[in-house]
Amino acid sequence: MKPVYMVTGGITRCAKAHPHKDFRLMVREAFDYALADLPGLERGEIDGSVCSYFSDHFTRQLMAGAMVQDYLGLNPKPSRRVEGGGATGGLCFQSAWEAVASGRMELCLAMGFETMGRVNTWKGNEFLALASDTNFDYPVGGFYTGYYAMMVRRHMFEFGTTVEQLAKVAVKNHGNALHNPYAQSPAALTVDEVRSAPTVATPLTVLDICQMSEGSAVALLASEKMARKLGGTPVRVTGVGCGTDAMRLADRPRGEVILLPHESPGDYAGLKYPGVHSFRGGRMAASLAYRMAGISDPGADLDFVELHDACTSSEIQTCEDLGLCRYGEGGSFVDSGAPFLPNLNYGLKFSGSETWRPLPVNPSGGLLACGHPVGATGLMQAVFAFWQLQGTIGKHLGNATLQLPGPRRGLIHSHAGTGTYITVSILEKV
Amino acid sequence: MDNDAKLPESEEGTVLFSVDPVIIKQHYEIDYLHSYAQDSPFFAGLARKKLMGSLCPGCGRRYATPRGHCMECGEPTTWSELPHEGRIHTYTTCYFGGEAFLQETPFTLILVEFAGVDTLFLSRLVGAEPEEVAIGMKVRARFLRNCKFKPTDVYFVPA
Repeated sequence: MKPVYMVTGGITRCAKAHPHKDFRLMVREAFDYALADLPGLERGEIDGSVCSYFSDHFTRQLMAGAMVQDYLGLNPKPSRRVEGGGATGGLCFQSAWEAVASGRMELCLAMGFETMGRVNTWKGNEFLALASDTNFDYPVGGFYTGYYAMMVRRHMFEFGTTVEQLAKVAVKNHGNALHNPYAQSPAALTVDEVRSAPTVATPLTVLDICQMSEGSAVALLASEKMARKLGGTPVRVTGVGCGTDAMRLADRPRGEVILLPHESPGDYAGLKYPGVHSFRGGRMAASLAYRMAGISDPGADLDFVELHDACTSSEIQTCEDLGLCRYGEGGSFVDSGAPFLPNLNYGLKFSGSETWRPLPVNPSGGLLACGHPVGATGLMQAVFAFWQLQGTIGKHLGNATLQLPGPRRGLIHSHAGTGTYITVSILEKV
Repeated sequence: MDNDAKLPESEEGTVLFSVDPVIIKQHYEIDYLHSYAQDSPFFAGLARKKLMGSLCPGCGRRYATPRGHCMECGEPTTWSELPHEGRIHTYTTCYFGGEAFLQETPFTLILVEFAGVDTLFLSRLVGAEPEEVAIGMKVRARFLRNCKFKPTDVYFVPA
């Protein structure tokens, strides 16, 4: 495999709806931004593209990816669409990575969008729930927040996780987003405000879950030769991993934990895994990406994480899957303050535990606050991570509040269904 | 040739939400001829007040939600009737939902575990207030008399 670099990226800000821009124009804006940010890059040098959007129901336009390819002036070069639920963007990123790593392309465009504002929120929830088993799950009351609520209820039962710990994730991510002009719903929140917000599915409130969004993002991936030619400040993609699990939550096995290099079987004596409280696919994706990137202890080897926090609960579950803390410790990890940005005041009192070193999780604000335009989300994470590693957050966000001091290595994580497809990619400063 | 050819006009209009940009109502509806295929015996079983799960003759794994082939060893499964009593593995009460289910809110979803069965079954719980529901609670299956051949033909009540 050849080394792969991300050389530029762009984002169209997320909003509930962008009625003045269709999906082609949304992608075009992110694309133009990416090109303008790397003056050495000519459109003609792009060898091909991969397009990601999740739902044909939202788009109501089949082969929409081909129309984006056309609109960007990339015909007749190669292109394809990838789709995998909430992980669509992450899969797109890895598909572009494969095009370059295999030598098939020198420069590949990963581009994604979603147009969720074309129906009302409750119809949108129905569309999302069609990404659960339509024979056995959807007809029973198909509702993704309901599925996640059942998972976190079991997590609370197994590990003693509390609703206040979930709420702190909302406080963190919405608070981080106050400094991110790309974010859809920045807010200074308190734990009480999160808990007293309307309940959607017990124990999750409307502030525990992300919103419907429209938006787009693009990432350009290049070979070493092309990255050198283009100049700028490329970032290397040093690891990719993907994992899967049964579509139906009810089918999840109860076996043994997939261990990461820094863990031992004794850490999890008696734990039935993954059950419905953990994401085995996330652990598999992380394990593969860590092996490729040479990461043996993610809590020590990573400087930040942009993960798929469709719900506050799934951020806590995912921190465990990624091995940032052990299974069952996700709530305490949040209480300790480790995933918070050290330079921001969230109005919270942390536990003082020093079990974990500071490791900002979702410094951008994550899906909870930035929004979740499904096919764009995983690529938006890639762009935020790229800017962090470049040290250009101040330039792109208009203020440097969220810029971490000299980060070397970041992780992006994209997640579908109830953990059905999951990708993990590692980006490193060159 | 008719140089004055005209399409007939109709009385139907378009629902218009905005003119800048132009936003119109676009309707979309479809009926499928949906086959439950190899899972059909489960849905037929509901009409006979039976809960049919799967048993793998290869590895002995028992599935509460049926599947034609074993997830672990890949062998074709056989049908095996499940008990009508189980326990709540986890639960939630939904106060919102997809549009199709909004009128039914609040409703309580549960994953049911059955003794000796390796996987769970998603269903609704009725007859318990949200605060009365707990993990480990015993529940009993009931069936609709007028079967609709949907997984909601079975639901659970406190046992």
